[in-house]
Amino acid sequence: MKQIIDHSPVIHRIPSGTRDVLPDEMRELRCITEAVRGVFELDGYGEVWTPALEYETVLGRGGGPAPAYRVFDDHGEVLALRTDMTIPIARLVATRYPTAEPPLRFCYFAHAYRGVRPHRGQMREFLQAGIELVGSPAPQGTAEALTVLCHALSAAGLREYSIGLGDASLYRTLLRSFEIPDATGDRLVAALVGRDFVALEFELGRLDLDDGDAQLLLSVPQIRGGPEVLSAAKGPVADAVDGLRRVHDLLAPEVADRVIFDLGLVRDIGYYTGAVFEVYAPALGEPLGGGGRYDELLGRFGRELPAVGFALSIDRLHIALTGEEKGTPT
Amino acid sequence: MSLGLTIAVPRGALLGETLDRLDALGLDTAEVRSNDRKLLFGDIGVVTMRPSDVPTYVEAGAADVGITGKDVLTEQSERDVYELLDLGYGRCVMVLATIDGPDPSAEALRRLGVMRVATKYYKTAGAYFEQTGRQAEIVEVKGSVELAPLTGLVEAIVDLTATGTTLRENNLVIREELFVSTARLIANPVSYKLKAAAIDAMLEKLRAP
Repeated sequence: MKQIIDHSPVIHRIPSGTRDVLPDEMRELRCITEAVRGVFELDGYGEVWTPALEYETVLGRGGGPAPAYRVFDDHGEVLALRTDMTIPIARLVATRYPTAEPPLRFCYFAHAYRGVRPHRGQMREFLQAGIELVGSPAPQGTAEALTVLCHALSAAGLREYSIGLGDASLYRTLLRSFEIPDATGDRLVAALVGRDFVALEFELGRLDLDDGDAQLLLSVPQIRGGPEVLSAAKGPVADAVDGLRRVHDLLAPEVADRVIFDLGLVRDIGYYTGAVFEVYAPALGEPLGGGGRYDELLGRFGRELPAVGFALSIDRLHIALTGEEKGTPT
Repeated sequence: MSLGLTIAVPRGALLGETLDRLDALGLDTAEVRSNDRKLLFGDIGVVTMRPSDVPTYVEAGAADVGITGKDVLTEQSERDVYELLDLGYGRCVMVLATIDGPDPSAEALRRLGVMRVATKYYKTAGAYFEQTGRQAEIVEVKGSVELAPLTGLVEAIVDLTATGTTLRENNLVIREELFVSTARLIANPVSYKLKAAAIDAMLEKLRAP
């Protein structure tokens, strides 16, 4: 006979999208973060803490995801919970290191907060591990960030993963080369960000383009694969593609082999300017993390320096590792 | 034979033509057609489910690709999946319908300020009335939407119709058309990158006339 468990009603709730972590899980999470922290330290990235609460105007200056949680402080000023660590570190660099000689290397293990639909691997409060490399331009800086990323994933014990590498400005550049007005371009980019190729094809069909051009605008964002696919990208996207190739050329073979070029990669955060990347593991249906170049963000805080960084979701990395252990997709 | 992909296939109205398309890709779907209790057909990489569950399985990566209606994708617009191809079949129209005669929803709006609308597509209907600047109370029902206006529960319905027969039989008329829905091929964002060759091969064959 099955045991019937008499649950007393839970009366002390926690907010939607948050959760408790108990010791068994915490030990596993610690194994991951300690392994990753070891790599970051070894590669010269110093760990920082910043306040979870920032002035909303400071976060707004960065152009990251919109804050989901706001409060008033005792002076009536609006504070918001940070949505990532990139903007707080941009602020930190500009205010605490106004004259320090670049490059500057920082890492963090910190919670961020977003108003997402909570599901396993994406809570509203979530732990990120990441680095910011400030003052190191493309392609060297990008190659260094990708190398640290692969070292961190391997140190955590992940075996099967790939890095999708694209360029945030590629599709806009392509649209501009066809002299497509910005308002129309916004609709096309919205379709691409929404991963909706049916809508993209429909919108392109409404424009006054000849068939070859429309086909190019539809097919370029679907190009993804090894270095061989880059030869298909000619003309106006050649510059962006050359940039990606230069990054790839700087990578050690064990890192380069992980890279999938993806000309349709768009990240839904506004501050990215050049190369962007995402981490995919077959054991999980969504990226483990990602990052890219944000060469204009530091300037908005008063120190014009090129920069690149990435953030990994510790929860998703944990799920992927568990999946590899079981040998089945989770 | 399989394509190296797990394919989420919708049971119901879209099943027949979906299996015809999969046959054309070289999959042997005879067992799916003959056995409507079995859900997982591992040797051809097919899993079958309600159309509204397809985005759930594909988003989570439990299936690499899936086929479902645009009506489902519109209702579940927050799902993070690629929409790769309009397959063209399963054509239906999302409509606003009321009882024949003077439009009771217009009267409700004019005199009471709010129209009540029954639907299985709660978000689609809500977004539509917001966009068209009308105040509507959306009443979510699970089936037989046509019954709601006949009993006075609501003044109008938002529902999917293929031929309009059920509407006519219940003395309902189409007042507005929201959008046309057809079957779509969707893909998981990670599978779309990691299984690019298999997915592109499938796409190319499905595109071929």
